[in-house]
Amino acid sequence: MNPAAFYPTATDYLRFLPELILTIGGVLLLVLEALTGDHKDKSKLGYLAAAIVVGAMFAVPVALANPGASFNGMIVSDGFAAFFRMVTLLVGLFTLLCSTSYLSREKANTGEFYLLVLFSLAGQGIMAASNELIMVFLGLEIASISSYVLAGFLRDDKRGSESALKYFLLGSFATAFLLYGISWIYGVTGVTNLTAIRAALAAGTSAPSMVVAAAALMLIGLAFKVSAAPFQVWAPDVYQGAPAPVSGFLSAGPKAAAFAVFLRIFQTSFDSLSSRYEPVLWILALGTMFIGNFSALWQSNVKRMLAYSSIAHAGYVLVAVTTNSNVGTAAAMFYLAAYALMNYGAFAAITHLAGRNETHVTIDDLRGLAARQPVLAALLTVCLLSLTGVPLTAGFFGKFYIFKAAIDNHLYWLSALGLLNSAIAAYYYLRLLAAMYMHEPKTTDHPEPVPGGIQLTLWVSAAGILTLGVFPGLVLDYANRFATFVK
Amino acid sequence: MNLLAILLLLPLVGFALALILPAAVTRRFVLGFSLLIFAVSLLLIGTTLQQPGAMTWVTDTAWIDTPAIRFHIGVDGASLWLVILSTFLIPLAAFISGRTILHRQKEFYAYLLLLEFGLIGVFCSLDLFLYYVFWEVVLVPMYFLIGIWGGERRIYAATKFFVYTMAGSMLMLVAILYIYTKAGTFDLPAILLQMEAGKVAFTQPEELALFLAFFLAFAVKVPIFPLHTWLPDAYAEAPTAATLLMAAVLSKMGTYSLLRFNLNLFPRASHDCAPWIVTLAIVGIVYGALVALVQPNMKRLVAYSSISHLGFVVLGLFSGNQFGLDGAVYQMLCHAISTGALFVLIGYLQDRKQSLAIADFGGLATPAPHFATVFLVATLASIGLPLLNNFVGEFLILQGAAQANIWWAAFAALGVVLSACYMLWFYQRTFLGESRGEMADLRPSEWLAVTPLLLLMLWMGIFTQTWLPGISASNKVLLERPTSKIALQVAK
Repeated sequence: MNPAAFYPTATDYLRFLPELILTIGGVLLLVLEALTGDHKDKSKLGYLAAAIVVGAMFAVPVALANPGASFNGMIVSDGFAAFFRMVTLLVGLFTLLCSTSYLSREKANTGEFYLLVLFSLAGQGIMAASNELIMVFLGLEIASISSYVLAGFLRDDKRGSESALKYFLLGSFATAFLLYGISWIYGVTGVTNLTAIRAALAAGTSAPSMVVAAAALMLIGLAFKVSAAPFQVWAPDVYQGAPAPVSGFLSAGPKAAAFAVFLRIFQTSFDSLSSRYEPVLWILALGTMFIGNFSALWQSNVKRMLAYSSIAHAGYVLVAVTTNSNVGTAAAMFYLAAYALMNYGAFAAITHLAGRNETHVTIDDLRGLAARQPVLAALLTVCLLSLTGVPLTAGFFGKFYIFKAAIDNHLYWLSALGLLNSAIAAYYYLRLLAAMYMHEPKTTDHPEPVPGGIQLTLWVSAAGILTLGVFPGLVLDYANRFATFVK
Repeated sequence: MNLLAILLLLPLVGFALALILPAAVTRRFVLGFSLLIFAVSLLLIGTTLQQPGAMTWVTDTAWIDTPAIRFHIGVDGASLWLVILSTFLIPLAAFISGRTILHRQKEFYAYLLLLEFGLIGVFCSLDLFLYYVFWEVVLVPMYFLIGIWGGERRIYAATKFFVYTMAGSMLMLVAILYIYTKAGTFDLPAILLQMEAGKVAFTQPEELALFLAFFLAFAVKVPIFPLHTWLPDAYAEAPTAATLLMAAVLSKMGTYSLLRFNLNLFPRASHDCAPWIVTLAIVGIVYGALVALVQPNMKRLVAYSSISHLGFVVLGLFSGNQFGLDGAVYQMLCHAISTGALFVLIGYLQDRKQSLAIADFGGLATPAPHFATVFLVATLASIGLPLLNNFVGEFLILQGAAQANIWWAAFAALGVVLSACYMLWFYQRTFLGESRGEMADLRPSEWLAVTPLLLLMLWMGIFTQTWLPGISASNKVLLERPTSKIALQVAK
C-alpha cells in the first residue's frame, strides 16, 4: 500500500476538529496554569475553558459538514457523533459555569480542574465518533481517567477521596471487561473496525459461541459505564462523594458518551446478534429502572437521591436501546439531550444550595426554599417536574418517545412496567418539591446570592426544558435524521 | 382566531401575568380575569347549541410532526357545559378564598388559573395525546394547592393524590400509544371514522386490555370503588377552594373521559364489562353512603357522599341507553353544583369555629338562621328532592338503569334512601337542637358566593330544557354510531 495513504488529510482534521480544539485548549490551559501565580484568582482559567468548549461547539457543525471516516476509518464524523458531541459539550459547559464559584467557595480553585474537564470532554467526543474498538477504548480511558481525578478533586475531603477511589477501581474493572471483549473479538474476526466486524460476522466463519461471549463481555463493560443494574453499585457512592458540579458532569456527560458507544457497537457490529442480546437488555432495562427508583425512595441526601434517579434514567434509555431500531436510537438521543438539561439543572441548584463543604445536601435543607429564594426554587422545580415526566417538559417527551419506540417494537410489558416506574419516581421528586414549597424555612438567615454561572446554567436548562416540552421537534428532528448508522 | 382556542389560552396568559404582577393585586386580578374568562366561555353557547351533536368551535392544526400530534380542540353539547362549569367555578373558588388563604396569596391565585388551563384543555381536546397532556397538567397546580394550603396532613394527602393519579394514567399512555400504532394517528374523530370504515379493528382481548387501561386511569380520578382511598384524604386536607374544585370538576374529568373515550372507542368492551363496572358503581353508591353515615368529620362526610353520587354517574354511563347517558352527564353538572355548595358552606363553618368535627357544632339554626336555610337547600338538593337539581339527574339515571336491568335500579335506589339518612342526620346534628352560643350568620360576601349556586340548583331542577337538549344530542351521536349501535344496548 502507498504509505502516503496513511497520512491524514486536511479533511481528516476537520472531522476531528472539536476534539483537536479541546486537546490543544487543554494543553494551553496547562501552560497558563503554570504561569499564573499560586495566589492569583484562577477563575479566569475557568472562563477561558468555557470559551474553548464554546469554540468546540462551533467546530461540531464544521465536522458534520465534512462527513465520513478519517484516520483510516478510526474516527467517523456523522450526525450521530455530532449529536453526542453537542450533548457532552453542553454538559461540559454547564460544569465549567458552575465550577468557578464552587471551587472558590471550597478554596480549591486551581486550573487543573478546568483542563481535566476539557480532556474528559475530548475523550467523550472520541467515544461518540469512534468507529473502531481501539478508539473506543482510548476515548473511554481519556474520559474516565480525567473523571477519576475530578471526582477526587477536593483532596482533603474524605468522601471525595473515597468516591474517586471507588470510581477508579470499579471503572478500571469495567474497562478491563470491555478490553477483554475487544481482544476476543479481535481474536475471532481479526479486525477491530466496527463495520469490518459486522462484515466478518455476516460472513459467518467465526464461531458463534465465541462471538456471543465477546459481545457479552463488552456488554458488561458498557453496562458498568452507564450504571445499569446489576453493575450500578458504584454510582451512588461516587455521585454522593464527588464535588456537586462533578457529580452532575459524571451523571450526564460520560454516561451519554457511553450510550453513544453502546448504540454504535451493538447496532453496527453486533446487529446480527440482536435476537440474542435483546432479552438480556430487556432484563437489564427493567432491573435498572426498578433498582434505581426503589432505592431513591428512601434517600434523605439529595445528591444520593439524584444518583439513584440517574440510574433509573439510564434504565429508561436502555428501554430505547432494547428496541434495536432507528426510532429507538432517536428516542435515546433525545432523552439523553433532555436528561443533560434537566439533570444538570438539578445538580446546578444543589451545587449552590449545598453551601461550603457541601454540608447542606439533605432534603430537610431544602425546606422553605420557595419562600426564601422563589426564583431558584421555581427553576429547580422545572427540572424536577421534567425528571418526573410531567407533560410540557422535555423529560415527558423523552419518555414518550422511548415508550412509543418500545410499543412500536411490541415491547408492551416493558413499556407498561417502565411507565409505572415513573409513577414510583414521582414520589421521591415530590418529596423535594414538598420540602421546598410546603415546609417552613429552617433558618431565617439571609440567603446567599446565586453565582452568575449557576444562574446561567439554571436558566438555560429551564428554558431548554420548557421549549423542548412544547416544541420537541427542535431536537427530535436532528435525532431522527442522525439515528442511522453507516453499516 | 377561534374563540375556544382563545378561551383555552387565556388562563395560561393569566397565569403568566399573575406571576409577574405585584402580590398585592394578584387576588383582584385573578378574580377579574377569571370572570372575564367565564364571560368568554358563555359566548360559546349559542353556536354550539345550534348543532349540539357536532363538534363546534373546532381548531385543528399540526403541533408536532413526528409522530403526528395535532392541536385539535372542539366542544359539543355535552363538553360545552363542562367547560363552562370549569370557568364558572374557578372565579368562585378564588372568591371564597379571601378569608381562608392568608399566606402566599400570589401563588395560590396563580395556581387556580393554571388549573383552569388544564381543565378546559381536558374537556375540549380531541387529540388523544393533547388530551393526555392536559390530563397530567391538572395534577401539578392541584398538588401545590393541597400541599401548601391544606390541613395538617396536607403533604401526605397531596403526594397520595399525585402518585395515585399518575400511576393510573401511565397505563392509559401505553394504551394511547398502542392505538397510535394501529391507527397511525392520535386524532379521536379520525380514529372513530377509521373504526366505522372498518380500517381499524381491535380483537376482543386487545379491546378489553385497552378499555381497562383507560378505565383504570379514569376510575382512579372519579373515583370508582375500590380505587377511592385517596379521595377522603385529599378532600379533607385540601383548602376549601381546592376541595370544591376537586369534587366539582376534577372528578368530572374521570366521568367525562369514560364517556368520551371508553364508550366511544371501545363499545364492545364497554358492553362486556358493563355488568362488572355497574356492580362496582352500586357497591360504591352503598358503601359511600354507609361510610358517610358514620363520619364524625363534615368534610369527610361530604367526601364519602361524593363517592356515592359519582357511583350514580358511572351507573348511568354503563346503562348504555339514552336515559342513562343523559342522566349521567346531567348528574355530573348537578353534583358539581350541589356538592360544591356543601363544601363552600362547610368551609364557612370551618372559618367560624376552626373545626370540622360535627360534634363541635349544634343548634346553629338559632344564631344563624339564614345560614341554616341555605344549608338546608343544599342538603335537600344533594338528597335529590324534586324541583332541585340532583333529582333530575338521579331520576334519569335510575330510569336508564331500570331499562337495562331492573335490579341495577333497585339496588342503586338504596343509595337515594341512604343519602336522605346521612344528610338529614348530619343537618340535624349541626343545625338543629339546642343552641351552643353565638355564630355569625351569612355575611354579604358569602351570600354573593352561594346565591349563584342556589339559583342554579333551582334552575337545573326546574328548567331542564336549558341543558338537556345539548347533552341528549351529543349522546345520541354516540349511541347511533354504527360501531356502537348494537353493542351498547344492554337491555335484557
